[in-house]
Amino acid sequence: MWDWIKIAILGIVALVAALAANWGRDLAYQIHALIVFAVAAGLFIWYVRQIGEDKPAVDQTAYSDGVIRAGVIATALWGVVGFLVGVFIAFQLAFPQLNFDWAQGYLNFGRLRPLHTSAVIFAFGGNALLCTSFYVVQRTSAARLWGGNLAWFVFWGYQLFIVLAATGYVLGVTQSKEYAEPEWYVDLWLTIVWVAYLAVFLGTIIKRKEPHIYVANWFFLSFIVTVAMLHVVNNLAIPVSIWGSKSVIIYSGVQDAMVQWWYGHNAVGFFLTAGFLGMMYYFVPKQAERPVFSYKLSIIHFWALIFLYIWAGPHHLHYTALPDWASTLGMVFSIVLWMPSWGGMINGLMTLQGAWDKIRTDPIIRMMVISIGFYGMSTFEGPMMSIRAVNSLSHYTDWTIGHVHSGALGWNGMITFAALYFLTPRLWNRERLYSYALVNWHFWLATIGIVLYAASMWVTGIMEGLMWREVDAQGFLVNSFADTVSAKFPMYVVRGLGGVLYLTGAVIMCYNLWMTVRGQQAAKPVASAATPAE
Amino acid sequence: MEERTFVESLIASWPVIALFSGYVFAVLFVFRPGSRAIHDDAASTPFRNDDRPALEPADKEARS
Repeated sequence: MWDWIKIAILGIVALVAALAANWGRDLAYQIHALIVFAVAAGLFIWYVRQIGEDKPAVDQTAYSDGVIRAGVIATALWGVVGFLVGVFIAFQLAFPQLNFDWAQGYLNFGRLRPLHTSAVIFAFGGNALLCTSFYVVQRTSAARLWGGNLAWFVFWGYQLFIVLAATGYVLGVTQSKEYAEPEWYVDLWLTIVWVAYLAVFLGTIIKRKEPHIYVANWFFLSFIVTVAMLHVVNNLAIPVSIWGSKSVIIYSGVQDAMVQWWYGHNAVGFFLTAGFLGMMYYFVPKQAERPVFSYKLSIIHFWALIFLYIWAGPHHLHYTALPDWASTLGMVFSIVLWMPSWGGMINGLMTLQGAWDKIRTDPIIRMMVISIGFYGMSTFEGPMMSIRAVNSLSHYTDWTIGHVHSGALGWNGMITFAALYFLTPRLWNRERLYSYALVNWHFWLATIGIVLYAASMWVTGIMEGLMWREVDAQGFLVNSFADTVSAKFPMYVVRGLGGVLYLTGAVIMCYNLWMTVRGQQAAKPVASAATPAE
Repeated sequence: MEERTFVESLIASWPVIALFSGYVFAVLFVFRPGSRAIHDDAASTPFRNDDRPALEPADKEARS
């Protein structure tokens, strides 16, 4: 019965998408309708051809790992794509000629920049969170994923969201909200996928065989629930027509700005922090082979993030139309966050207590340690920059870009690479990684790349801030904006080179993971029921 | 313009106070007596059930 309903839904979706492609009021919407039509019609045919055939039995006494394998592949590939676009736009800033005339309006900086941010945050980071959360929740709940193939729907639905968002940016579809650029129909689709994600995750926790909900799952769950809330509230918009991509946000003025940065900052707090802390609280103890340093501290860390983070958003709006009390509130709570962030960092690092030699011998542990180190550094830098006086120098400069990248490349990137190195041999049942020497290469390339990036952005950001505020004896501004742009050139080149190193490291990782899967035989005979049928 | 009294501003910012006291309560609760054994057990969760889920029937019997 369910098969027939599925086919009916797919048929209706394909029909409506075909109509939308015909009636669409703008080109981007029509192309999106064609993409949706192709996916729905393809799936329709695929399911129709399968009707009445026996389905292979699924081993319910094994973990559901197929979707995690797919997630690992997607994470690695989207990572390389996102870093590549990042490197390209970094050089576009240094060499404006790279905004090619023939691609004007499609591949210039303004179009590619949201493509880069969404590719690394939502495609790379999002897939990393999807696959690690599915891995961790099963192992720590001692239960197979709830909902059968619903996890596959989440995975492929999320990839469709990424494709629609990415093509939309290049074609100019944006509601001009940073990190929430996709238009209303893509937002609606993501909402559906996200609710399914929540159902799979929560369903697995509910049917767990372990008495406790392990702390990593708390972090993952808060990430899923909070991102759902942020996404829905920030994207409340009324489409101009259901056959067009344009919509109007229901907020206006400073309320709109406040909602946007309530979303924006908590996306950092819950997508890039809480979710990745879930990874840290599972993979660091696993790789170090000892339990987390203090479970009590991890609980305090969790509740501190939940109760305090949500207030920090207004620090993005210092010296704007936002009332002073609101930006002071944001500043104070940002500074309060110092304590739990550093508590969490200490908790992660001290997990290695008694196993410090592993930093020397295990390149994966080394990656985790530098990742936690960058978590500490960027959560120190962030509250400092949220102080109004510091912000008056740093805001709108490349210091902000440097700060974001020390967090994203250092903390999110490195912990994800470590998780991928951890997961690949286990998921494909291989004895070990193809090459630890290559992990070492990746580690050093990425680390040097981050250092080049962060250092050049500090220098250029502070220089820029000082140049903007410099006045002569009569009180006139000394520098024009173009003066700062030409002064920044050397640092832009260094930043681009840092990006090249980071990208090279990621390509080496892909090769290493590929050879791990392809290059060896299975570690153990897989004739037992250990591998799931899907 | 009228100045707000201390009590009035306290009432106006009740969500901050509510969430902040929730946090303080959570911290105190973590240190309740007898929590050490529970936390030690929870902390060792990742080192169990690595290869396959816990078995259904045995588990049901154990719980009932």
